[in-house]
Amino acid sequence: MDFELPEEVAAFRDTVRKFAAERIRPHSRQWDRDQTLPDELVTELGQLGLMGLLTPEEYGGSKHPEHGYLLNAVVMEELARQDGGVALLVAAHNGLCLSHLNLAGSEEQKKKYLPKLASGEWVGAWGLTEPASGSDAAALETRAVRDGDGWRLTGHKMFITNGARARVYVVMAKTEPEKGPKGISAFIVEREDEGFVVGAKEDKLGIRASDTVPLDLDNVYCGPEDLVGEYNKGYADALRVLERGRIGIGALSLGLARGCLEESIAYANGRIAFGKPIAAQQAIQFMLADMATELEASRLLVWDAARSLDLGEDARQKASIAKLFASEMATRAGLKAIQIHGGYGYTKDMPVERYMRDAKLCEIGEGSSEVQRILIARHLLEAK
Amino acid sequence: MDFRFTDDQLAMRDVVRDFCNEEIAPKAAWRDETHSFEDDLIAKLGSLGLFGTYVPEAYGGSGQDYITYVMTVEELSRACGATGILVSAHHSLCVDPILHFGTEEQKHKYLPKLSSGEWIGCFSLTEPGSGSDAGAARCTAKETGEGWVINGTKNFVTNGREAHVIVLFAVTDPTSKHRMSAFIVEKDTPGCTLGKLETKLGIKASSTAELIFENCVVPHDALLGERGRGLNVALATLDGGRIGVAAQAVGISQAALDFAVDYANTRVQFNQPIGRFQAIQWKLADMATNLAAARTLMYRAAWLKQNKQPYGPEAAMAKLFASEMSNRVTDAAIQVYGGYGYCADYPAERLMRDARITELYEGTSEIQRLVIARKLTQEPAWAAR
Repeated sequence: MDFELPEEVAAFRDTVRKFAAERIRPHSRQWDRDQTLPDELVTELGQLGLMGLLTPEEYGGSKHPEHGYLLNAVVMEELARQDGGVALLVAAHNGLCLSHLNLAGSEEQKKKYLPKLASGEWVGAWGLTEPASGSDAAALETRAVRDGDGWRLTGHKMFITNGARARVYVVMAKTEPEKGPKGISAFIVEREDEGFVVGAKEDKLGIRASDTVPLDLDNVYCGPEDLVGEYNKGYADALRVLERGRIGIGALSLGLARGCLEESIAYANGRIAFGKPIAAQQAIQFMLADMATELEASRLLVWDAARSLDLGEDARQKASIAKLFASEMATRAGLKAIQIHGGYGYTKDMPVERYMRDAKLCEIGEGSSEVQRILIARHLLEAK
Repeated sequence: MDFRFTDDQLAMRDVVRDFCNEEIAPKAAWRDETHSFEDDLIAKLGSLGLFGTYVPEAYGGSGQDYITYVMTVEELSRACGATGILVSAHHSLCVDPILHFGTEEQKHKYLPKLSSGEWIGCFSLTEPGSGSDAGAARCTAKETGEGWVINGTKNFVTNGREAHVIVLFAVTDPTSKHRMSAFIVEKDTPGCTLGKLETKLGIKASSTAELIFENCVVPHDALLGERGRGLNVALATLDGGRIGVAAQAVGISQAALDFAVDYANTRVQFNQPIGRFQAIQWKLADMATNLAAARTLMYRAAWLKQNKQPYGPEAAMAKLFASEMSNRVTDAAIQVYGGYGYCADYPAERLMRDARITELYEGTSEIQRLVIARKLTQEPAWAAR
């Protein structure tokens, strides 16, 4: 066992922490209010190397592929420490879109798309969810109908992170509906494809700097070169992508919870009531202790799952456990942080109410807590 | 960064698991019922080297690493919570302070026999009037020409019945800021008597004893560590002990999860195994998730201690989370079993009773929270590591 972060990972964390404090923190409140993120920020994220963390160096990605998921986890935490929306942009881009291309894409697809995605010149999105299929993802209704060598895609996608900003989308559609989950394939759709329409941004509780949109596909043509992975294996690949993405959402939860903890400690040390800092009251101390303990446990679970993926192990159970525990922990931390801040915590002058709103998404996106529990229980019951 | 056991650790785990399956688990209910350990238990544990797991071979120990020790306590506790604490209290609370604060002479005198299991160790800090407020202890040790004369009553001494070696804390300098000192006392010293044995909710086989000292004279060199530094010895020792208690809680909880999963797969209601119901799946998923969280905190703290890095707050987190988790998890196991879980024919109720102690000894949950909060508020940067 060795619980020390590798030196290069720790160094990169410090770089991202500084960047987030200087370039993200001062604007987070405004981005949250306006539901925007400036394009220049995405450019800067790309310059820092954050848009290609899970992509091999040969395609313009990370110089530390052996630490890909661990590095990604550490970056997620640092970005979310200041802004969950910025973190989710990076998470969906790396953990879903690029992960799918890295996992299943052809050599030609990787060469065509990954360098521009990894540099941040293009943003990526991923389309599985539909208006009527969330947790029951295999019930999706978007159809891909044969047209010569290619396909025509028609349907509606929902809750697509980065959809408003993206250039490249990996979209799941039914190629043989009668085969259920084994009749789903993945396709690359580009923003300017004919028949492809990006809808209006959802007005969300939190993670507001990150855009979430519906997508309409009306007879969108995808050639054979746009099929990602094997025909009819799209759903199986999507599940593997989600396993990876989950670790990112777990890590994002860490950042939000750490924000809650750090802000709460600072406030508790500075706020005087009954003649002394409220940090001297056991009522406050106990909340801080519980926040810190659960955060520490969550971080270790996330890092353990990330390391497993980096080692090429089967990390499904670890990823579900990490995501479930960390996301629910972050919401609890958010509620406690507001409580510690009292009335001020309920206002937007303090960031903790935003962290709480952001945290709630982590219990829903990339497999709800309920889906995680089903997966964890199934693994336990079937392992026997 | 690597969360895996080494091959040596895995090999040791196999040895301990086999031993637990054959010798420890089958008699766990009997131990609980009779409030005792079978006569040959200590000898068998000793023959496997489990009383000196991380004591260097130079002092007669097994010379393994601290993580192996913690893993051993987890495995033993999975089979029997009382056996887990017999081994954990012996190591963490007696062997460890002698290893860290003892003189060469003390180490050579005590560690070989403690490591073999010929002697069992215990730790005696708590008194009837001082539990969490350990510094308020009243038991005294007066220095005289013939040695230290100890007077007072100690209670809640885990392993008090089995132990020969007591790491004892007594007031040597009542008016000083550093009023307490630590001693190594042999239980057969005249003036030291075993008092009342507590009847408890759980870990019934483990003894929880009163120790009475009446003009008990121990030699000058029985002092452990510096005079007046007893509270430091006690607190440093308890930091490590907390990792052992966390391991006990994790082991007990793993047993609860194992039993609950088996039961959920076999118990049929409404024409299907109850494991098919989300109501049961949710419990199992939460048990496994919280157990994983506790285990990683525990091994992290153990790794810090093994690598001689500061680990006090991390050990407090591990102990706090693991002990509270074990209460939730064992309670959930009873619920999965339904009415059978409430009956002694099944292990769930014993596991719940055993788990309850882990929130109390070697620092209550409340003390752990104070330890953690003090670190957070005094060193805010620590929270942002």
